[in-house]
Amino acid sequence: MSVLLLIEQILNGLQFGLMLFLISAGLTLIFGVMGIINLAHGSLYMVGAFAAAAGAAATGSFVLGLGAALMAAAIAGVIVEVLVIRRLYDRDHLDQVLATFALILIFSEGTRWVFGSFPLYLDVPSWLSGAVTLPGGIPYPLYRLTIIGIGLAVAAGLFLLIAKTRVGIRIRAGESDREMIAALGVDISKLYTLVFALGAALAGFAGALVGAIQSVQVGMGEPMLILAFVTIVIGGIGSIKGAFVGAILVGLTDTLGRFLLPVLFGVFMEPSSATAVGSALASMLIYILMAGVLIFRPTGLYGKA
Amino acid sequence: MIRETYLNALIMALLLGIPLWAHVAGQPFTITLATKVAILGLAGVGLNIALGLGGMVSLGHAVFFGIGGYAMGILAHHAQTYTPLMEAPLLIEGTKFMPAIWLVAVVVSAVVALAIGALSLRTGGVYFIMITLAFGQMFYYFAISWPAYGGEDGLSIYVRNEFPGLNTLVPIQFFAIAFVALSLGLILSHLIARSRFGLALGAARQNSERVQTVGLDPMRVKLVAFVISGAITGLAGALFADLNRFVAPTMFSWHLSGELIIFIILGGIGRLFGPVVGAGLFILLEHFLGGLSEYWLIYVGAILLGVVLFARGGLIGALSGREVAHD
Repeated sequence: MSVLLLIEQILNGLQFGLMLFLISAGLTLIFGVMGIINLAHGSLYMVGAFAAAAGAAATGSFVLGLGAALMAAAIAGVIVEVLVIRRLYDRDHLDQVLATFALILIFSEGTRWVFGSFPLYLDVPSWLSGAVTLPGGIPYPLYRLTIIGIGLAVAAGLFLLIAKTRVGIRIRAGESDREMIAALGVDISKLYTLVFALGAALAGFAGALVGAIQSVQVGMGEPMLILAFVTIVIGGIGSIKGAFVGAILVGLTDTLGRFLLPVLFGVFMEPSSATAVGSALASMLIYILMAGVLIFRPTGLYGKA
Repeated sequence: MIRETYLNALIMALLLGIPLWAHVAGQPFTITLATKVAILGLAGVGLNIALGLGGMVSLGHAVFFGIGGYAMGILAHHAQTYTPLMEAPLLIEGTKFMPAIWLVAVVVSAVVALAIGALSLRTGGVYFIMITLAFGQMFYYFAISWPAYGGEDGLSIYVRNEFPGLNTLVPIQFFAIAFVALSLGLILSHLIARSRFGLALGAARQNSERVQTVGLDPMRVKLVAFVISGAITGLAGALFADLNRFVAPTMFSWHLSGELIIFIILGGIGRLFGPVVGAGLFILLEHFLGGLSEYWLIYVGAILLGVVLFARGGLIGALSGREVAHD
């Protein structure tokens, strides 16, 4: 095992973690502000990826594809909020789970209906393909490096939005006392639609960025949704900071676990069974991490009790 | 409006009568569908103890269904390949004997339910939903990446397992086993709901502080209910695997956990027979809509959305009208 390979894997983990953050941030914000558990968040991620693939194929421009992804996911978010989510604010979690599960079925089958069952491909644009050499002589794909940069920039932008702007103040106020800010004359239903659309756009954006690395297919959102749940359970539901820390932790643990565990087991086992045991255990690692966090901090790292 | 008791009797009569008619008419496929309804209904009855009585929205009950399935798959696989399951420290052999398989399925499901429940009941509400979902997914990925028992492809069992005195390969006889299992599950669920324990569980669902002040530990009550619930769903999993003579990681998939909840909500939450009616409706929808369109799940989604938003009592609620205590 070389150090070069290890650094490359750490960067991959970071990239995965940042994409996970884009999804988890929306999920945690929607829960924190609106009290909604949204299983259909993974579907919005999928909508973004499909819109990007279709947009890029139609216009030939990757950037326009990204724009299409943001637009499509945000619009889908607004439609879903107005038609369905709005009716769920006063309902218990069971109803929210069921209604958003129904939305997953509708989104997935609807997408299959429109685009067919075969995966679409979104190509990395030529000006972002190829590898760059990092300091220390480590070759790394330019596209992945770019999305690490974009991920960090979006994270910083989101923190600024929440901490410094008027909208952010309203969002935070909505989290702590929704009756009060309604009494102060803030149109709470518009605020909710905005938060939901923001979360949807972030998820759709992540879907488009990841779509260029993996294939764009129906059902791609569900593994990400479940990882996002693990992330926000670790970080503490409702906390953006927790989502960030949780996402980086999950991204690194998962990527490094898949890389290191088979090597580790190889020290005292024969290669074939080391790979089998190592990869089986690696697939469970983040859940074990989650269980560990829950034992010591039942409400997550940054969660309110 | 029909009284719920009569309605329940009608449901059982239909579930028993249709396969008997199909047996006489020589339509084994209908019997298989009815067997599926009985088994999935049993899985739903199991979940209903946690969800309906205890208010624990478990989105990971497929774990127990899958464990039951793999208990059957692994034991029967070793029996059909004549290889021992374990040699040291003590010799364990595979088996094709159904009661032994069921016992293993129930015990292992209960132990796993104890572990998952103890971890996820430390928190409540939305954390509980996400944590049960995450643990469910953990088992799913483990089943996929563990190559010893078929990995992603699953395990096929060539001949259905044996039950003394019955020929399980005859559809109606296997249906009888599933029907009896479902009936026992329903009786158990009814007894629990009426018992002191069931009352404590209902109270823990509604107000856990008050339960604490009368000297009961609400978490413990819920944990016991979760374990019973997991064990019943595990038994259903073993039967389901035997019905298909096949297990695969999809038995652990979270879609299945979602579908189990759908059974409960379609039938009517808080109703003893809700999961059975819901499973029946779901299988009928799958059968008829699946024949109409490849994208039948989109209609299921629309129906589910309609039921959740506008008809919260489910089918039994619509037919019997009487409100049940649910919060």
